[in-house]
Amino acid sequence: MSQSSTRADFVVFDRVQKSYDGETLVVKDLNLSIGKGEFLTMLGPSGSGKTTCLMMLAGFETATHGDILLDGKPINNISPHKRGIGMVFQNYALFPHMTIAENLSFPLEVRKMGRSEREERVQRALDLVQMGEFGGRRPAQLSGGQQQRVALTRALVFEPDLVLMDEPLGALDKQLRETMQFEIKRIADDLGITVVYVTHDQTEALTMSDRVAVFEDGRIQQLAPPDELYEAPKNSFVAQFIGENNTLEGVVQEINGDVALVKLDDDSLIDAKPVNVSAAGERTTVSIRPERVEINPDLGADAHTLKADVLEFIYMGDVFRTRLRVAGNDNFIVKTRNRADQARLEPGTQVDIGWLPQDCRALDA
Amino acid sequence: MTTRSPLSLAAPWLGAALLALIGFATAGVPYALLGAISGFILGWLIFWIAQRRYRQSVPTYYTAGQTLWYYTFRVIAGAIFLFLITPILVVMPLSFNAQDFFTFTPEMLAFDPAGYSLKHYRDFFNNDDWQNAVRNSIRIAPMATLLSVTFGTLAAIGLSQPHVPFRRAIMAILISPMIVPLIISAAGMYFFYSRIGLQGTYMGVVLAHAALGIPFVIITVTATLVGFDNSLTRAAANMGASPVRTFFKVQMPLILPGVISGGLFAFITSFDEVVVVLFVGSAGQKTLPWQMFTGLREQISPTILAVATLLVVISVLLLTTLELLRRRSERLRGMSPG
Repeated sequence: MSQSSTRADFVVFDRVQKSYDGETLVVKDLNLSIGKGEFLTMLGPSGSGKTTCLMMLAGFETATHGDILLDGKPINNISPHKRGIGMVFQNYALFPHMTIAENLSFPLEVRKMGRSEREERVQRALDLVQMGEFGGRRPAQLSGGQQQRVALTRALVFEPDLVLMDEPLGALDKQLRETMQFEIKRIADDLGITVVYVTHDQTEALTMSDRVAVFEDGRIQQLAPPDELYEAPKNSFVAQFIGENNTLEGVVQEINGDVALVKLDDDSLIDAKPVNVSAAGERTTVSIRPERVEINPDLGADAHTLKADVLEFIYMGDVFRTRLRVAGNDNFIVKTRNRADQARLEPGTQVDIGWLPQDCRALDA
Repeated sequence: MTTRSPLSLAAPWLGAALLALIGFATAGVPYALLGAISGFILGWLIFWIAQRRYRQSVPTYYTAGQTLWYYTFRVIAGAIFLFLITPILVVMPLSFNAQDFFTFTPEMLAFDPAGYSLKHYRDFFNNDDWQNAVRNSIRIAPMATLLSVTFGTLAAIGLSQPHVPFRRAIMAILISPMIVPLIISAAGMYFFYSRIGLQGTYMGVVLAHAALGIPFVIITVTATLVGFDNSLTRAAANMGASPVRTFFKVQMPLILPGVISGGLFAFITSFDEVVVVLFVGSAGQKTLPWQMFTGLREQISPTILAVATLLVVISVLLLTTLELLRRRSERLRGMSPG
């Protein structure tokens, strides 16, 4: 044992690369430290390398280059069954020939635990997820949600410090998924375990995580807490991938401290916060969340507004969703809360829209 | 559903009685039985056609042609089944023959108890040649099966890994004993085993039969492995189980139906095999099929028929086990999530 880990670097990916065919890198230069007790989500579209990272951590894939450290020790050369990491699989991977109780006691048997202690632990674990009376059933006799709970419990029952979850809620319906999100978060917090969670569902990532790593093209595009990720995306991929987002193309006219004046392609002017533009004359994509757009705004004398044609009005219950044509973009969405005094915009009319400069971000083109 | 008239219910029995009477009057008991059976069928058939009951089992929109084909198809299928099964069934009553012939004697046809006896069975159980043959078969077949199952299962698991090079070529080679004409394999084994001193030994016959049984095991186990969810082995490893433990606790129980049915095929192959054992074996390894073969050639004793009947019964039992296992595996597979 060379050094012990501090709380901040329980799991470390150090310049990790992975290639399946020796030519293209699926994971390119991954550097990531995960703190003890942290809930970290790897979020990204399919093929972005997030699952590969998880599999390397579990030991089912080997890193082509670089080191993976667990609790300060490199684990590249440790076989999966000696790593002591819990894992929840996408299809649950419950053993169909064993009962629920046998499934749960499997990791304990492997650890040569006595029968009475095993039974007690299994029962306690089942009670934790309100499945106490299901111990004698087989996986096929349970619903998807129940199987999911069992899979989760099985990954936790041998008290690992680190639990990996590979899109565990993918096969559940929406309502169950939302319940399980909170339940997983609750259990993880209660037990103080470190969780690495892989998903392509951004709502899931935002609800559950302490930090989210957005993967694309084998790299982490941004690593940040959910609110920062949503409100301050670092580049246009993250802005597009997390939540709904309106984009307008233009050229930076001038940068004045915290405000950049952007001249859109139809020559109208708008204010934005410069994020990764540094000089006048650069092309940029400005990004604004639908709920931060104001209609007929009252932002002060020197604020810039845009003319917008109302194309479509959709009533969604809690919000109104209005599609506008702004600066040549036919898919500019505005979301307004359904309040008693909220005006419903009629298609065919023209309105002024605007926003606070800090809500609109000038990103890479 | 129309209610059936009392006449139509009674018709088969009336027909049976009538033709049985005619049969008995002309030629005695056997023909009375024959008459009863055909009378029953005829009586039923007449009302089946007259009351258009044949329409009940086909959808109402079927044309006359489609209805005709519906029943023709069933008749053809039945005929094929009959063609396959009759030779086996004929052997069974013959094995109870009181005479030393391969034909139905008049006494047998008249259902005279004197025409039947168990003497061929007695001969089988008392004759040293036969008992020796049984002993040899019982010594050879299980051992060959054990080897086939072990190597076949391991080969199937290995060949189902996607990273193994030349999988198809290796698979083809391992399956080849099933495809190559047996006489070729037998001759090859004879020359090969003679060189290395295995010809005429117990081990030689066991190895030869194991080679013949392996393809069956590979095929059935590979088929079960297709439905095997690899994340189960990963899950087991993740929970700390060593590869060996994972194999015996997770993989093996799930592919067991395939392993067992492969094993049964391998067992029957060895138990039935005559060509290879003639080449590779010597007098000391005279198996049951070999003894039957010599029995046919040299003495034409109906004892063969008794043995055949016993073997058929054993085979039926084995196949029933096979079918029950298949159902169990289907149930387990339906249970595997995802």
